[in-house]
Amino acid sequence: MNILCAGLNHRMAHIDVRERFAVRETEMGEMLRRLRQIEGVTGAVMLSTCNRVELYASSLCPLRALEGFQMILADRAGFEAPLYHHDTPRAVRHLFRVASGLDSMVIGETEILGQVKKAYAVAAEAGSATRPLHKLFQHAFRVAKSVRTETQITSGPTSIGSVAVELAGKIFGSLEDRRVMILGAGEISERTARSLQSRGVRSVIVSNRTYDRAAALAAEIGGMALHFDHWEKGFADIDILISSTNAPHMILTPEKLEPLLKLRRGAPLFVIDLAVPRDADPSINEMDGVFLYDIDSLEQIASQTLDVRRQEVDRCESLIEQHVGGFLSWMRSIHGPEATPFVKKA
Amino acid sequence: MERIALLLATICYLFSFGHTLFALGAGRFQPGRFNFIAMAMGALAQGWYLSMRGAAEHACPIGNLSEILIFLSWSIALIYLVIGPAYRLSLMGAFTAPLVLLLQIVALLLPGETRHGFFRPNPWVEAHAALSIVAYGAYGLACVAGLMFLVQEGQIKSRRPAPIFHHLPPISILSEAITRLVWIGFLLLSLSFAAGFLARLLVSGGKFWFSLLIWLIYAVIIVGSKKGLLSGRRLAIATAAAFALALILLPVIEKLSAHA
Repeated sequence: MNILCAGLNHRMAHIDVRERFAVRETEMGEMLRRLRQIEGVTGAVMLSTCNRVELYASSLCPLRALEGFQMILADRAGFEAPLYHHDTPRAVRHLFRVASGLDSMVIGETEILGQVKKAYAVAAEAGSATRPLHKLFQHAFRVAKSVRTETQITSGPTSIGSVAVELAGKIFGSLEDRRVMILGAGEISERTARSLQSRGVRSVIVSNRTYDRAAALAAEIGGMALHFDHWEKGFADIDILISSTNAPHMILTPEKLEPLLKLRRGAPLFVIDLAVPRDADPSINEMDGVFLYDIDSLEQIASQTLDVRRQEVDRCESLIEQHVGGFLSWMRSIHGPEATPFVKKA
Repeated sequence: MERIALLLATICYLFSFGHTLFALGAGRFQPGRFNFIAMAMGALAQGWYLSMRGAAEHACPIGNLSEILIFLSWSIALIYLVIGPAYRLSLMGAFTAPLVLLLQIVALLLPGETRHGFFRPNPWVEAHAALSIVAYGAYGLACVAGLMFLVQEGQIKSRRPAPIFHHLPPISILSEAITRLVWIGFLLLSLSFAAGFLARLLVSGGKFWFSLLIWLIYAVIIVGSKKGLLSGRRLAIATAAAFALALILLPVIEKLSAHA
């Protein structure tokens, strides 16, 4: 018995190609049925995400299975695309790497594990997962968990929005009931505010020199607009200030903040300065209870996180290698040595 | 057997502390179960020691400074075991382990001459002393939370947070934990004072005034925090400094109690 993995991902195919091959959840049952009809395929699990379309199959003849898979995909998309393909043990290693986020566009992202779990659940429900595939996927979930807990591959945020969310979380704990003020209705402020909203922030006040723009953004994100001349009046009640005005001078200085901070009774204030030139005087970060991050410091944390993750890859690979060995031992004990080695079609 | 129990507790706390140092050195900051289990085992061994001492003396085993420090370290460990998981205060064990280990080692180095019959025949005196030490335990853990707050705040302010930042709890949660622990300590110390009055202990002299000073310091911290006069940072510094002072005064108070 062999495990076959074949497919395409973000590294080898542009999104224009990937979207043609993608299989929607509603179509998955039919797709699995067609895959099982390929000669020699005993079981199949199909993983279709925005970054990859992959087949994992248990097969006595991986070459035939690959040809059949290629035909089904070509039939679906209307054209043929080159697919990568692995058999045991590389297919096993590939799935373990995918589930652990090592093969993702952003190394260490964890969303893929949920997608792998979903693909497996759909196949299991459709009766398409054979014993080796059950074992393989359950092993992959254990590997992903072990990689996540024993290394720092998933640690830290990787975009400006997620850095802001993590920092806000480390200052306030839960973001529910936290109030955000946006000064200057720019696109990046909007994205950051949306990231915070996705983590529970409910109240957003938008203030802009052009009131109409503030009102439009407030309506879009479910916030409240405030005239720019009055932004200081709302200051006592907010927790997070996102600033990205086009002001030629700094609008948040220690002199301006000092009397406003007294109204806050010691509550912390997180200032996210996304403006260039900056809206906030860097020295406000020295004030008690004020935490200032500008665009550079946010970007630096995101890139620092990716560096840490890259450094962890070797540790992850060696953990995965141990698990591949464990899985192969199980396979040999059940099915004997791997069947026909995968021979690439000439 | 008493010595074995004490050594066991010390080894457990040493393991917890050593494991923390090793994990931090290796860049791993997962609030591991090992740390929690080692702390729990340490507290269990200390509890065993204290129960043996209690059975031998037919009284609360706080008859000398060594026993007081063990009782204090046990109180801190127990409060951590309850508070830590409840608040999801990851890494609190890493910060608590060195403190309980230090208290335990100092206790081991001190002579253990028990003042036999110190509490008899008045149970109020016993309650007064035990409640005071448990209050100190709450203050000790507030100090630990305060130190964690200062580390985490420094990380956020630095704008280049080190990996430990991801594993320390949010400063608001730490601030809340400090406030609650200070309240718990304050209430226990107040109850201890009430027990002292019922025991007709002297309401004058050095011991009384030192104890009152500590009670007043924590009362000021509570009022300052409630009125919004203390920011999170000031609250953390105040609780850490207050506990340091309380620890310095502890042997003095114990000495004065012996002569009371």
